[in-house]
Order: sequence, then structure tokens, then C-alpha cells
Amino acid sequence: MESQILKIENFSAGFGKCLVLKNIDFSVEQNRITAIMGPSGCGKTTLIRCINRMHEFSPGAVFSGKILLHDEDIYSINPIIVRRKIGMVFQRPNPFPTMSIYENVISGFILNGIKLKKGERDHIVVNSLQKAGLWEEVKDNLHRRGTFLSGGQQQRLCIARALAMNPDILLLDEPTSSLDPKSTLLIEQLMEELKQSITILIVTHNIAQAARISDYVAFLYLGELMEFGLSKEVFTAPKNKKTEEYLTGKFG
Amino acid sequence: MRQLKKRIVKDFFFSLIIIVMAFSACIPLFLILGFIIKNGASSINLDFFIHLPKPVGEQGGGILNAIIGTFIITGIAFLLATPLSILAGIYLSENRKNAFSEILRTSVDILSSIPSIVIGIIAYLWIVKPMKTFSALSGGIALAIIMLPVVIKSTEETFAIIPYGLKEASFALGVPYYRTILKVILPAGLSGVITGTLIAISRIAGETAPLLFTAFGNPFMNLNLTKPMNTIPLVVFNYTTSPYEQWHKIAWAAALVLLIIVLTLNIFSRIISKKWKVKF
Repeated sequence: MESQILKIENFSAGFGKCLVLKNIDFSVEQNRITAIMGPSGCGKTTLIRCINRMHEFSPGAVFSGKILLHDEDIYSINPIIVRRKIGMVFQRPNPFPTMSIYENVISGFILNGIKLKKGERDHIVVNSLQKAGLWEEVKDNLHRRGTFLSGGQQQRLCIARALAMNPDILLLDEPTSSLDPKSTLLIEQLMEELKQSITILIVTHNIAQAARISDYVAFLYLGELMEFGLSKEVFTAPKNKKTEEYLTGKFG
Repeated sequence: MRQLKKRIVKDFFFSLIIIVMAFSACIPLFLILGFIIKNGASSINLDFFIHLPKPVGEQGGGILNAIIGTFIITGIAFLLATPLSILAGIYLSENRKNAFSEILRTSVDILSSIPSIVIGIIAYLWIVKPMKTFSALSGGIALAIIMLPVVIKSTEETFAIIPYGLKEASFALGVPYYRTILKVILPAGLSGVITGTLIAISRIAGETAPLLFTAFGNPFMNLNLTKPMNTIPLVVFNYTTSPYEQWHKIAWAAALVLLIIVLTLNIFSRIISKKWKVKF
């Protein structure tokens, strides 16, 4: 049963007078991986940052249009609630340097001042680390600092941290662009497993990655949505000329 | 070939000069240390730390009142200046470019360049005169004003190098702004803030000029904040300017004690900044 968990309707955003996104319209299917791809500066990151309302932290941020989560406009909900329902993993791994691996996983609860019983805490930590495929590597070092881990492990720790809050949607902003091929592969496999339980929206400038992992793909160019559809169709028979040029490496 | 040889020789001499200059920069420090230890060490014994000053002519006597006074007055300055400075430093690092932060930053720079004796005069006019008495409190306030810009600057610099990604990570978990600052940014910069504060304390602990007409000095033990109080730098100043041989010895010993306190604070701050350093 397909259902649309997130709908982006006629959405535009930018900084001051400079419009970065123009009239974006597409919907995200539940428990699927949707990739947003496009050349640098096309507005991919801005779009994903609008979805969990991080865009408004940028100086001069402006936006118009609607983004609906379960048919409710996220701009009518408190941003703090939105961000708990829509988790985010960033381009560069950013575990909290003052916290242990254990604390990092439940940092969403610690930092928000949500008290948990010891049993609950342990359960969330183990469960999230297992989901993020990191448990086996760190189970003996849970109380070491998160920053001792390798880049790829740190990124999976950040995924575990986001999963611990049990969000509806996970946003990934070029999560593998600072990682080596082996860690990249691990994270891609991880996403395949995660989509059983969560909806994933990933920004990538790596066409091959988008083709490998995504069910749906949105192609952005100069702030406009050129094409959106099933990855199978877009990658084999793109309808838009720009998409075809991008996929065949004519620019980008 | 000769060209190359010449260059190698030049290269050698250049390195040599740099090393020699680097060493000579340390010479004043070691000369001062050596001189003060030579003159002061002989008068230092347990009595020096646990007794009060004796009148002229009598042998012995200590500077217990000044040691305690230094801690009290520095403590007042610390309590007054630190919370304010840390919050102002956070404000500056959070708001890099708005008009108010520009004004604040400029004011801080100007404040730090005001000579300490001028701050002493101001404290005299604003606090000592209305209260009609010299007091430990006025001394503490004068020192707090000197401490403010030092701690604000070091706090701002500490927080400025914390990666923005950390704040984003916290926001993305739905953590409100104030909790992000208190629970993520502050702990990440804590070692820097403590180091900066300790260095500021070690600086004001040795200040004399602003205390001359505020804390004033006191040959007796005093724990009342609204009465004149002695500090180690004041002992050094008053005893050195006296004509008595015996008092000169005490001044040297007091200078040595002050030096040890300041050096300890400095070394301590170095250890903290190394040990607690947060790797991003």
C-alpha cells in the first residue's frame, strides 16, 4: 500500500532576493528512498533543510508554499516538534565531542531534558546502534568518546542518534560525500534495511549512488524541479532533456 | 656550485640567528625569576605565611593578612566579572555581525586598553568617595572591570572555533536554542573558558595601581569587605617604598609569593587547556 507521507506543494525558498528554489512540487512515498540529485548549487541542500525547518536559521532566509507532513503543514507546527519527527544526518559527521558513544545515541533525549529509565535508555542505545549497523563495532567501547571513531563509523553514529528519536522521516544530506568507498557501501546497504521502518530522503550529487539506492528520484536544476518519478524510469528513459544531459555527463 | 655553497651557509646562519633570538627572549624571564628567588627566598618560612606583619624594628612577621586579602579581592572580582563576561562572550560569538555586537566588541577593545590606574581612579570616585572609606569591595570592583574584557575576548575566541555543525546537529534533534547553547556549545568550549578565566585571574592578582586608592592596604587582619584590605602587590609596593631594610626583605619575599601564585595559575591553565581539550 503506497502512501504519501510528505507533500511538497508549490514551494519556493531563497536568501533575501536570491531565489534558490522555484515552485517545487513532488511527494515522498512512505518507506521508500527518494533521492534528490542535481549539480552543485541547484538547491538540493536548501530543499532538504526546508523540510526540517533548518533553512530558517540562515540569515535572510525566505520561503513560500507548503510542505505537508501527514497532511499537516510543517510551517504551522512548532519547529522543535517538526525536527523531532524529521531527523537529519549531515554531510560531515558531527557527533557531540563531549559525549560518549552511548550518550551520543541518546543525545536527543539528554539535550531535550527528557528523562528515561536506565532500562529504556539501554534499549534505545542498543536498538539504534543495531539499526545503524554499528553495534558490533562499538559494543565494547560504548563509554568512549564518539570522536574516536573513524569517519564512516561517526556517520553511522549520527544515523543512530537520529534514529533514536524514532522519527517518521530521515533526511540525509550527502551523507557519504566525506567518506571512503567502503564506508559509503555500508551506509548504502544500511539505507536499504532502514526503509522497512522509515522513509528516507537523501541528497546526493553522485548519480551512480542515486541509481543504486533510490526508489524515486527528483532532479533539480538551477532551483527548478526538472523531473520526478520512479528511479527505474528516470534513469533508463528520462523525459526531460536536461535530465538526460545530466545523466550522460554533459554537465554537472 | 659556489652559489649553492653560499646559500647553504646563509641558510645556516639564518636558522642560527632565529634560535639565538628565541633563546634571548626567555632571558628576561629567567633573570627576573632568579633575582627574586635570590632576594626573597631567605625571608620565606612558615612564619611568613601564618603571621601578621610586625611593627618596624621587630624581627620576623608575615603577610597572612595580605595573602588572604589577595584571595578575597580576586574572588570578588572573579564572582562579579566571570558570569557577565562569559555571557557577553557567547553573545559576541553567536552574533558576529549585527550592529550591537560591533559596538560591544569595540567597547571591549577600548576597555581593555584603559590603563589600570585610570580604572582605579574611577573606582575611587564612584565607590570609595560615596562610601567615605577605602574598601575591599571597591578594589574587587576595580579588578573586575579589568578582568571583563580579558574573559569576554577569550570566551568569544573559544566559541568562535566551535564548528557550526555541532549546533546544527543539536537543532536537528529538536533541541531549543537555549539548551543547545547550555548543553552543547558551553561544554565544548569549557576548557577554553576556564583557561581564559584563570589567565585573567593571574593577571589581576598582580595588579597594584587600581588597588592603591581602593583597597588601600591594611597592616592588620581584616575580613570586612567594607573596610580597607591588604593584598600581596600592595605589600610589595608599600614595603619597597619604605626606608627600612627589614621591610625591603619582606617586600622581596612577598614578590616571590606573588610570582609563585601567578606562575601556578598559568601552569594550571595550561594543563587544563591540554587535558580537557575537546577534539572536534
